Amino acid sequence: MTARNPSPAPVPKSGPARDEQGRPTPIGSRRAMIECRDVHKYYGDYHALRGIDLTIREAEFFSLLGPSGCGKTTLLRTIAGFEDISSGVVLIDGRDMAKVPANARPTNMVFQSYAIFPHLTVAQNVAFGLRRDPRSRAEKAAAVDEALAMVGLKGYGARAAHALSGGQRQRVALARALILKPKVLLLDEPLSALDRKMREQMQVELIKLQRQVGITFVLVTHDQEEALVMSDRIAVMFEGEIAQLSYPEELYSRPVSRRVADFIGMMNFMPVRILGETDAGVRVEVPGFGEFDIPAANVSRADPGDPGPSVGFRPEAVTILYRDAPAPHRETPGIIEEVVYYGDMTYYDVRLDGAERPVRISMRNVFGRDIQDLGTRTRVSWSPGSLILFR
Amino acid sequence: MNGGAQGRGLRAYALLYLLFLYAPILLLPVFAFNSGTVVAFPLNSFTTEWFGQLWGNATLRRALFNSLTIAFSAAALATLLGMFAARASTRYRFAGKGTALGLIMLPLVLPEIIVGVSLLVVLLAVGIELSILTVIIGHTLICTPYAVAILTTAFASLDQSLEEAAQDLGESRWNAFRLVILPLVMPGILSSMLMSFTISLDEFIIAFFLAGSEPTLPTYIFSQLRFPKSIPMIMALGTVLVATSILLLALAEYFRRRGAARTGQTNSGGFL
Amino acid sequence: MASRSTEAGQGLRMIAPPLLYAVLMLAIPLLTILTFSFINDGYQTVIWEFTLENYAEVWADPIFRALMLRSLGVAVLVTLATVVLAFPVAYFLSFVVPPRRKAMWIFLITIPFWTSYLIRVFLWKVILGYNGVINSGLKSLGLIEQPLSFLLYNTGSIVVTLAHAYAPFAILPIYVALERIDRSLLEAGRDLGESRLMTFWRVTLPLAMPGVLAAVLIVFIPTMGDYVTPTLIGGGKIPMVANLIQKQMLAVDNKPLGSAIAVTAMVIVTLLAGLFLLLNRRFLRVRT
Repeated sequence: MTARNPSPAPVPKSGPARDEQGRPTPIGSRRAMIECRDVHKYYGDYHALRGIDLTIREAEFFSLLGPSGCGKTTLLRTIAGFEDISSGVVLIDGRDMAKVPANARPTNMVFQSYAIFPHLTVAQNVAFGLRRDPRSRAEKAAAVDEALAMVGLKGYGARAAHALSGGQRQRVALARALILKPKVLLLDEPLSALDRKMREQMQVELIKLQRQVGITFVLVTHDQEEALVMSDRIAVMFEGEIAQLSYPEELYSRPVSRRVADFIGMMNFMPVRILGETDAGVRVEVPGFGEFDIPAANVSRADPGDPGPSVGFRPEAVTILYRDAPAPHRETPGIIEEVVYYGDMTYYDVRLDGAERPVRISMRNVFGRDIQDLGTRTRVSWSPGSLILFR
Repeated sequence: MNGGAQGRGLRAYALLYLLFLYAPILLLPVFAFNSGTVVAFPLNSFTTEWFGQLWGNATLRRALFNSLTIAFSAAALATLLGMFAARASTRYRFAGKGTALGLIMLPLVLPEIIVGVSLLVVLLAVGIELSILTVIIGHTLICTPYAVAILTTAFASLDQSLEEAAQDLGESRWNAFRLVILPLVMPGILSSMLMSFTISLDEFIIAFFLAGSEPTLPTYIFSQLRFPKSIPMIMALGTVLVATSILLLALAEYFRRRGAARTGQTNSGGFL
Repeated sequence: MASRSTEAGQGLRMIAPPLLYAVLMLAIPLLTILTFSFINDGYQTVIWEFTLENYAEVWADPIFRALMLRSLGVAVLVTLATVVLAFPVAYFLSFVVPPRRKAMWIFLITIPFWTSYLIRVFLWKVILGYNGVINSGLKSLGLIEQPLSFLLYNTGSIVVTLAHAYAPFAILPIYVALERIDRSLLEAGRDLGESRLMTFWRVTLPLAMPGVLAAVLIVFIPTMGDYVTPTLIGGGKIPMVANLIQKQMLAVDNKPLGSAIAVTAMVIVTLLAGLFLLLNRRFLRVRT
């Protein structure tokens, strides 16, 4: 039971990244913990990291997000010291890491496979890094117990490591790393091996743990939802470069490029004709939506591989109007071509009159709202401010 | 998925095959305890005389001592070399790896007489005197491929992050290897030692070429097989050898299973 | 742990000890006998002069040709007998024996292999010999009056002995290949309307071929170079190539000629093995 329901961790009243009243200080004002300056990494001819510049701050929960092969794991491993960099500088807590091997860096890692030593017990695993610790045997044992309690594994010390479940291994890996009080905890896809329910539970626990210990966490993940849920800030990476580094809400609502928008969450893309610049922004014509101005703040970049300029919007950024409800903004008629029921949500594929392809719109199934039938004519409410132009 | 009849037919065949495999070995104790000086039927009376002869045989003791020395040295050397090769093969990518491993594994597909002859020519040309040392050289060569094969499996089944995790937790490269990798591949090391030891102990042709005047167990047996009056004693020796190797194998299997249970690996396969 | 150049460096350093050993103790000796085979033999010394005489002598020698052909014949027969006899056992192990009993069966099959090769070979002489188990058994049953003399000292007895000695080497690779076959493939074969026999022929056997090929090579190559069996079972009357090499190298002490024989035998074995693999290459491409 201890494993299932760890007692809620007391949030420290003050410490790094908190002010005198115990309130978290804004990320931007905190001390830099990890700094990468123009980091390049080559594997032979393969250019794995192409000039990474980033600053990860004290007590920040930072995520490196991207598809497989984008270089996020390579970047994490260069921070950990498992990969040499070809050029550039990596600083941790202000110290150049160029000549510092992995075992001397103030970082510890939770591996994707957890890398729990199968020939040792849980307690021996957790105490592994304390071998040269000058403390007495009893003090070390107490530290191990404390670390196990912190991850909700109190009393598991004597168990054989190979007999643990996936979630328990994950906790042992966390305890084993945190017992050394690193300045930075690196997590390489730590939740990818867990089932969905366990994963969601561990997401919450990791956030709590990070607040409790108050150190910098750097998480590598390919799961955008996970990154959005857990992170203070996220760096989205494609092909060895950081495409966008921002706060989750900004990343979601203001993606800098169509590719980032496509990777984070779902987005409808529609072809657009650009008519010209106006005082209000950019004048465009979109089949189905007609002619209107997109605010200048909503203009992002198209990527080299894109078919041309496009507008995009999230499925929840527009709504289906029920019966005779008045439209709060503009409205466009259309027909429902597909209905996908998700329990809490329903997704409708609606073809707007005049558009070539349907767009996906999500509606929350609140009390009293019927599911619309396939083939129903309907009206869609939207506003230019919820659309993003990629040009 | 097999019809019962088909399964039964195959089982009967397999049992017959086992009988074929065991037929010669089953005869060993029969003649070892038979008082007749000629190894043939019908049998005479029960005796332990031949075992007594073994005990008092000084040449045999010398041959046994030599063989054990050679087998232990060759097993240790082959396993050590095998660990280097297996680790290089599973852990690193580099140009020429295939060729290098190919050469190391070559004795596996080379008739032993070729290995023996070519080594003999070189050793004589360089002026190294034949002794048990030269046999150790030859046996290490032919045991290394087996060691590499066994140890590669052992190393390949390890999660590479284990070693990195140990380094990440503050251990040096060597300590990471010593504290994590070594205990985990220990069953493989023991298998490799056992396999190499057995191969060396039983190897005849290379020892025949390279031992000079020193007897080893196989060359001693070979020399005695020419003398009909020595045969009953050799039967007794064979019985002792078979009993010892079955005992050793059973022990090894026991430890392997215990090791496998300890690290939670699935329990299948054997030493080969 | 590091960039590629240093990874390559570490890899090379790691493989250096076994590689160096193989170069010193294997590559150089092999090159030496290759060199020896091209020079003249003086009495108890060698004359450093390039010549093809040794090879000419080897090929002109009817004894060499006869022994080489006999060795090849014996090796082919042994390989055929061993692999054909072993296949059903491997099949039985893989498809009939329940998983938890497999280790025990493998143990049973490999035990004879762990016992002295020389003694095992010699025991076949005891079984097949003039007063051996078979003859005395048949005599006591009254089936024969005089011992059968054709049991021993012939090619057949050599084949039986070697087929026995190499049995585990044939069973294990075939067993491993059979174990790797995805059982659903066989069900798919049956599902697609093939009979059990045709499924075996069209699915199981092709997929087991890598194991069969390995078994063939593992048995064929050492059999070609076997020295003990022709000496003990053949009673020295049916020598094979290894006996000839041994004679030239030790008894006659004509190292260049012995080297030429060894090199020729090695080249023939390598060519045959290569040809065999080439002919069966389609089976090796099935899986990577």
